Amino acid sequence: MSNQETSKDNVIDTKNPSWRSELKKQISGKDRTSLSRVKMSELPPNVRNKNYEEVNRGLTLTEAMQEAKRCLDCPNPGCVQGCPVGIDIPSFIKRIEVGQILDAAKVLKETSALPAVCGRVCPQEKQCEALCIHKKMKKEPVAIGYLERFAADFERESGQISVPEVKQRNGIKIAVAGSGPAGLSFAGDMVKYGYDVTVFEALHEIGGVLKYGIPEFRLPNAVIDVEIDTLRKTGVKFVTNCIVGKTISIEDLKRDGFRAIFVASGAGLPNFMHIKGENYNGVMSSNEYLTRINLMGAARDKDSDTPVLSGKTVAVIGGGNTAMDSVRTALRVGAKRAMIVYRRSEEEMPARLEEIKHAKEEGVEFLMLHNPIEYIADEKGRVKQMILQQMELGEPDAAGRRKPVPVVGATVTIDVDTVVVAIGVSPNPLIPNSVEGLQMSKWHTVVVDENTMQSSIPIIFAGGDIVRGGATVILAMGDGRRAAKSMHEKIERGEI
Amino acid sequence: MNKILKKIEFSSLVTGFVVEAPEVARSHRAGHFVIVRTGEKGERIPLTIADSDKEAGTILIIIQRVGVSTNKLCDLNEDDYITDLVGPLGQSTHVDNFGTVVCACGGVGAAPMLPISKALKKAGNKIIVILAARTKELIILEEQFRQFADEVLIYTDDGSYGIKGLVTNGVEEVIKREKVDRVEAIGPAVMMKFVSLLTKQYDIPTEVSLNTIMVDGTGMCGACRITVDGQTKFVCVDGPEFDGHKVDFDEMMMRLSYRPDPVS
Repeated sequence: MSNQETSKDNVIDTKNPSWRSELKKQISGKDRTSLSRVKMSELPPNVRNKNYEEVNRGLTLTEAMQEAKRCLDCPNPGCVQGCPVGIDIPSFIKRIEVGQILDAAKVLKETSALPAVCGRVCPQEKQCEALCIHKKMKKEPVAIGYLERFAADFERESGQISVPEVKQRNGIKIAVAGSGPAGLSFAGDMVKYGYDVTVFEALHEIGGVLKYGIPEFRLPNAVIDVEIDTLRKTGVKFVTNCIVGKTISIEDLKRDGFRAIFVASGAGLPNFMHIKGENYNGVMSSNEYLTRINLMGAARDKDSDTPVLSGKTVAVIGGGNTAMDSVRTALRVGAKRAMIVYRRSEEEMPARLEEIKHAKEEGVEFLMLHNPIEYIADEKGRVKQMILQQMELGEPDAAGRRKPVPVVGATVTIDVDTVVVAIGVSPNPLIPNSVEGLQMSKWHTVVVDENTMQSSIPIIFAGGDIVRGGATVILAMGDGRRAAKSMHEKIERGEI
Repeated sequence: MNKILKKIEFSSLVTGFVVEAPEVARSHRAGHFVIVRTGEKGERIPLTIADSDKEAGTILIIIQRVGVSTNKLCDLNEDDYITDLVGPLGQSTHVDNFGTVVCACGGVGAAPMLPISKALKKAGNKIIVILAARTKELIILEEQFRQFADEVLIYTDDGSYGIKGLVTNGVEEVIKREKVDRVEAIGPAVMMKFVSLLTKQYDIPTEVSLNTIMVDGTGMCGACRITVDGQTKFVCVDGPEFDGHKVDFDEMMMRLSYRPDPVS
């Protein structure tokens, strides 16, 4: 559907500044709040667990415009406070309500470099939607994430993708280490301020965790590539296969005329449990499993040269989104049995509710209050069993979270031929190790000023997981935005 | 994309490429490796940098044909491009004046040994190189080593070239003959294991350069993990060189025997 068709029925002139107050008057707040929240259609579980197609199908135009009516256009919108990049949420939603979808997409791009990505992977229930006025009235919040995704997808499919306006080029060169969400968000903002931005990426593909980590069935690569392409059109340069700290040093960058550097190298170092048998074949990190399958096409693209031990009985250790991505991937590459093994109860799981629900629908087994203590292999060294310690929840700790404690003597042994360890990641040490004098925390994260994202070395800023440890896509993007703003101000003031 | 400027056929099984890679050449130190990918469906494989020329902006990589990916790579020709090449990766070799160093090479292990032994020679060491392989076809870089090494000994399993015997025979020969302060061993895992077992008897410090399975080569997946002195290490970022007396070679060989599951 083209933009012309959607705007034809529209009686409101969005060029006129008072259009929003007129729109607000058309339907009473009570009527708006009594509308029920839209449901997004999904592929049926027994179809989707055998392919890589995206599970959530998106909203139709009618559904989106209807859902947009639920938004009260609050004078002091809580949702905006809940968004780490501060998207002007009522402003884009009201444009959807009146069918001006391409304009809605433009509003999103003012603050977010990757709206189609964020609309899909943000934990909205903990961010924007958690602070929606509907929640205060004990109603379901406006589906902000669905609407964001709708506007971005609509724009992409329309073929009329707008390129954000760029200030006059100032010729100042800025380097970014890492092309994940933090680096892309930073680059998008800096290029808008007029800088000459180059993003250096270690892998052969741009996107970081969006490409190697999050699977196609949750975030199609084509969606990411279009948003990256928009960044390219605004002038961001990308260099793949280049590791800052290895291929080129910070000194090289300075010599090549880069004024400042944003380090967004992420938390790509997988944690292991260091238990007996963890190095047997078939036991691997979620990073390895997902990289082989998502980035390299192992087990799903018959022409791919990369192999993977994909397994018929797969256990995924952990309860976060990465664990859900891994276990759902296992089903799609042919596992007959796929299970989550988590040492706490379901209530404590850090994964998004939607991911847990989807995993269950697709047939994933959940083994709560179990923790692996040893793996056993066959004579060739391939894992064949895991010994699990049963746990129970003890007293709440200082943070109020109940700590899992082993039930003495209670273990079970389960047959398994592949184990994916998804218990978290640590910051990648490659860049920190190569920069002398960069102040690091005891968790191996780069220490920065929270407001400016500036490190102990004035020309080096950092953000995303290299500063936070493993966190979310949108928090990384928020860091990128903050770093861009403060770096720009400091350059303007001549401080760096 | 990195252009192949020169192809060197060492034998029917071993190919060398001089590749345009100015940043890699500039940052390269002895012991470093690269990850390369051939074609859009290609896998990422690690290869050691055998030499670099900072002025020309080139590196030399040497590949033995062993499977799908190495065959694809070896089939490329001059003026072709390698789809992806990233590096230099890993920790560089610890270079010092140790005294007399025996550099034991198994097959194409001679390629990574070339820059290491050169650097050790430059640091003032006496360098004795042992080139060993199954057969004459796999003995490479003899001339290059002869240019700077104090001595080069050749061993083949089948006696088709040099002395008939294993690399360990050569190392023991030298140890019995003169004082050896350090051994560097690079080759198949089983060869490095037996060199390490031998030198342990004589209490000679031994460095090995490990060739595990890798995916990214930057420390983000742990495919290359091994056990050294009871600790899990990632070969790509902590290595590739380790104390041969502390490496769990049996576990490493078990992990190298990785065979993919049949696609369902």
